[in-house]
Amino acid sequence: MGKAMEWLRRTFHRMGSPRWFFAGSRGWVLGLYLVGAALIVVGSVWGLGFAPTDRLQGDSYRILYVHVPAAHLAEAVYVAIAIAGVVHLVWRMKMADLAIAAAAPVGMTLTAAALATGYIWGIPTWGTGWVWDARTTSMLVLLFLYFGLIALRQAVPRPERAALAVSVLAIVGVVNIPVIKYSVDWFTTLHQPASIRLGERPSIDPSMLWPLAVNALGYYLFLVGVVVAALRAKIIERESKADWVRSWVQAR
Amino acid sequence: MGAGPVTEWLAMGGHGVYVWSAYGLSAAALAGMGVWPWLALRRARQRITDTLAPNDPVADASNDRKQPEPGQGGAA
Amino acid sequence: MNAFLTQLRRDLAISFRHGAEAMNPIAFFALAAFLLGLGQSTLRLDEAAAGALWVLALFANVLAVEGLFGRDREDGSLEQLLLHAKPLFAALLGKVAAHWMMSGLPIAALSPFVALLVDVPPDGMLVLALTLLLGTPTLALVGAIGAALVAGTGRGGLLVALLVMPLYVPTLLFGAGAAMTALAGGDPSAELLWLAALLAASITLAPFGVDAALRVGQEY
Repeated sequence: MGKAMEWLRRTFHRMGSPRWFFAGSRGWVLGLYLVGAALIVVGSVWGLGFAPTDRLQGDSYRILYVHVPAAHLAEAVYVAIAIAGVVHLVWRMKMADLAIAAAAPVGMTLTAAALATGYIWGIPTWGTGWVWDARTTSMLVLLFLYFGLIALRQAVPRPERAALAVSVLAIVGVVNIPVIKYSVDWFTTLHQPASIRLGERPSIDPSMLWPLAVNALGYYLFLVGVVVAALRAKIIERESKADWVRSWVQAR
Repeated sequence: MGAGPVTEWLAMGGHGVYVWSAYGLSAAALAGMGVWPWLALRRARQRITDTLAPNDPVADASNDRKQPEPGQGGAA
Repeated sequence: MNAFLTQLRRDLAISFRHGAEAMNPIAFFALAAFLLGLGQSTLRLDEAAAGALWVLALFANVLAVEGLFGRDREDGSLEQLLLHAKPLFAALLGKVAAHWMMSGLPIAALSPFVALLVDVPPDGMLVLALTLLLGTPTLALVGAIGAALVAGTGRGGLLVALLVMPLYVPTLLFGAGAAMTALAGGDPSAELLWLAALLAASITLAPFGVDAALRVGQEY
């Protein structure tokens, strides 16, 4: 117990050191990229070629295997950003700020990908790409929240200060997300023409679920790799005046 | 009925356009996200090399010609 | 309570001294509704008019809230406030309350008359005014966080709008939803209760956000 806590504390402190993180993360990035990409390939081939055809939606349901992981991670990344925001505000940890800067564009891209694949999926399924359904609307709001994070960072001239402002905004946003989701859900169930109702599928056959699990894990690992790699770039950018960065650059 | 199994598979029961465009788009997004950090790292490294260069008279001369380049990479 | 009232009185006095400026949100709301009414002669809005009015009120709020901290920041009184206000929480609430009295409150009070311009049926007017009365303080409180974040950047309204509008979604949906329910002959009390709950939550939480945002912004 004491040993585990000691290890946790030391790791946390080390994580606060850009130099330590940069030195230790190179192998991780390659590993995460390779394993993640391999899982995505396996999951996609499985989903496209071997999973059975859906009785109601035909083959268009196969979009699920790229849509759901993107949508799920888009939200998870925002929550992670807010957690990093808390860490940054409480401990003024520089790495947390750099992590936000690295993750925000990834989250935004994922949100856009989820919206776009959802739109494509909607055309054969609902007869129209865009529906003001609770989930699509919340996803759109999430996209705007990401826009806000990125715009605010660019508006504040000094990067250290921008990080604090972005942390505050991320926390305010994450407090609001459940309320936004609930209100959208409430509004769309009450005020939507009844012609389009997107019922939750009662159950999904395991043979359809496995490729989704593989793809979700692949997305997760690959994108953690992307964020770590982006974090490495941010470290070099921000620490460009540090001696160890200069000697690293010159050594290459 | 002359279609082979591959063409049939590509057609996705008539939903081929939607399925393949969604997968293509996702692949492009993933690839873009995957490449972005490497480009950012290379750009950051290049910028540091440029600022370090003036110590070296030979590199200094080439640095003058490179001047417009760092300007593009402000936003990230 | 004291800090709240002091700040409220001070900010209201300043607003009255800049009389014409304080009229801007109301003038914007009425003017935009007038344009909407003009457009309506070719385009039937009916029930949707209530929702459209809510969107206008929201825009008016975004435009107004941007300047909430600008002048205080320039003359240094914002820094004084952060250093000296005894419960800062109360003082910030007073500041937002004063702002709301000059923007949200008149808009809510004016809305039944503006509703005439866009042909909202009479039984919807009161509900609309009530939703605005309950909803605009929430908008002001949440908007204050955005205004506080942007105050030091020298960037203006568009950035505040971008930061704050996604957070306005629940208020807008419950507000417009209540008005639409009432116009359709239903009972809007559930939505009104939700608006009240959002208001209570933002009164207790938003000042902390404004506080944190202002402290961060002081150091830009």
